[in-house]
Amino acid sequence: MSEQNRVPTLLLLPALLGLAFLALPLVGLLLRTPWDRLGEQLAAPAVREALWLSLITATVATVLCLLLGVPLALLLSRTRLPGIRLIRAVITVPLVLPPVVGGVALLLAFGRNGVLGRYLDAWFGITLPFTSAGVVLAETFVAMPFLVIAVEGALRGIDRRYEEAAATLGAGRWTVFRRVTLPMIAPGVLAGAVLCWARALGEFGATITFAGNFPGTTRTMPLTVYLALETDPQAATVLSLLMLVVSVLVLAGLRHRWVGVQ
Amino acid sequence: MRKIAIAAAVLLVSACSSPAPGTAKGEINVFAAASLNKTFTQLGKDFEAAHGGTSVKFNFAGSSALAQQINNGAPADVFASAAPANMKQVEDKGHVSGKAVNFVTNTLRIAVPKGNPKNIHTLADVVKPDVKLALCAEQVPCGAAAKTVFGAAKLTPKPVTLEQDVSATRTKLELGEVDAALIYRTDVQADADKLDGIDFPEMQSAVNDYPIAVLSGAKNAELARAWVDYVRGEHGKELLAKAGFTVV
Repeated sequence: MSEQNRVPTLLLLPALLGLAFLALPLVGLLLRTPWDRLGEQLAAPAVREALWLSLITATVATVLCLLLGVPLALLLSRTRLPGIRLIRAVITVPLVLPPVVGGVALLLAFGRNGVLGRYLDAWFGITLPFTSAGVVLAETFVAMPFLVIAVEGALRGIDRRYEEAAATLGAGRWTVFRRVTLPMIAPGVLAGAVLCWARALGEFGATITFAGNFPGTTRTMPLTVYLALETDPQAATVLSLLMLVVSVLVLAGLRHRWVGVQ
Repeated sequence: MRKIAIAAAVLLVSACSSPAPGTAKGEINVFAAASLNKTFTQLGKDFEAAHGGTSVKFNFAGSSALAQQINNGAPADVFASAAPANMKQVEDKGHVSGKAVNFVTNTLRIAVPKGNPKNIHTLADVVKPDVKLALCAEQVPCGAAAKTVFGAAKLTPKPVTLEQDVSATRTKLELGEVDAALIYRTDVQADADKLDGIDFPEMQSAVNDYPIAVLSGAKNAELARAWVDYVRGEHGKELLAKAGFTVV
């Protein structure tokens, strides 16, 4: 008996419907792509600029998420802090929050008149809205929960006896983390980072609200697609295809390392 | 769950009560430029009060976004655009029933926070490097108008952001994220307690005509026409003029 045959027949139809529902829009995108205009569209400086900005900001945001998110996941899974459930809720909020709301919240915190932003401006002359750094901030805010949840899951899944054994043999906490824990959760971290990167690459709502929309500094690919849709729907289709290709390439490139699937 | 059931029941009941012949009843969707938000919302309430059994729903956004939505089959009965160009996009696809008519005009002003902290008096002041400027994207009428006035003044603006509609541009100013913005006279007036408006000679080079039209896909063409007549009637003219529009 192969695995597939164990699926009840009753569930086969909704399963196929689900698949069709997810696949059809992508087919639509491919069918409506003006292939003859592809080269011309992709060569446009505005598109290259937006793609470049998207790739850089998404990557920087992912690095930030790794630097902050992995320790955060460790804190969540390895400590019994009072109010840990509240902390977990706070971390998960950006995951369920509409990104536009996230953008408004970021403005109120890091904007020129924001809770923290006013001091950044007054003391250091730093204003984050309308800068590429603002884009990174918006993307990090929206994407970090994906990483934290993935890494926390990985941390809970590993056999803690290895860590204990290392500690018994005299390894300090830092050494245990670096030499035992981190290598064991590496596939989970990688999976989380990929999800995080993809989410950052596609970020729209928080970016347009917090960072604004200006070519070269804050107009990422999703913003470019949105803008193009209003004036040149064909161009929007081409740009969407480009985003699709980038996403699929990333998935394909990391597939065999994905969550350590055997 | 219960709320959904009640809503469904209400929908059923309202769907069953057929409109009396002769008088327009029911519901229309009005797609209108963001700059019409305040005035049309008030007019909508007055219209509903004057015409029992009617409901006017609005979709406010940048005119280019609205034109795109209509061309993609959004259920709209009336389109009021902030520029003829966006109305033409809809007309070209055959979505306008009859002919669009211009009903108001609007002009840009420089908007600054109350008290004008950056001491801005001319268009040349907003392009100074220490002034953070917000403009509308060129695709939307307020952005196209901004491009025209800067062209007329032979100035190159260096905005920090190009927003999707005039409301978003105004919001960036209200939140204090920028020092100045080019928005409609009517938008400055709507927020007169927070914003100061500054006139400049080049503003006359970009006077926006606002066309309004009943759409060919209108589900309730009769009510749609009644709405257009109401907007162009005495009360409509009065409210629009009060908001700072020039009624044509």
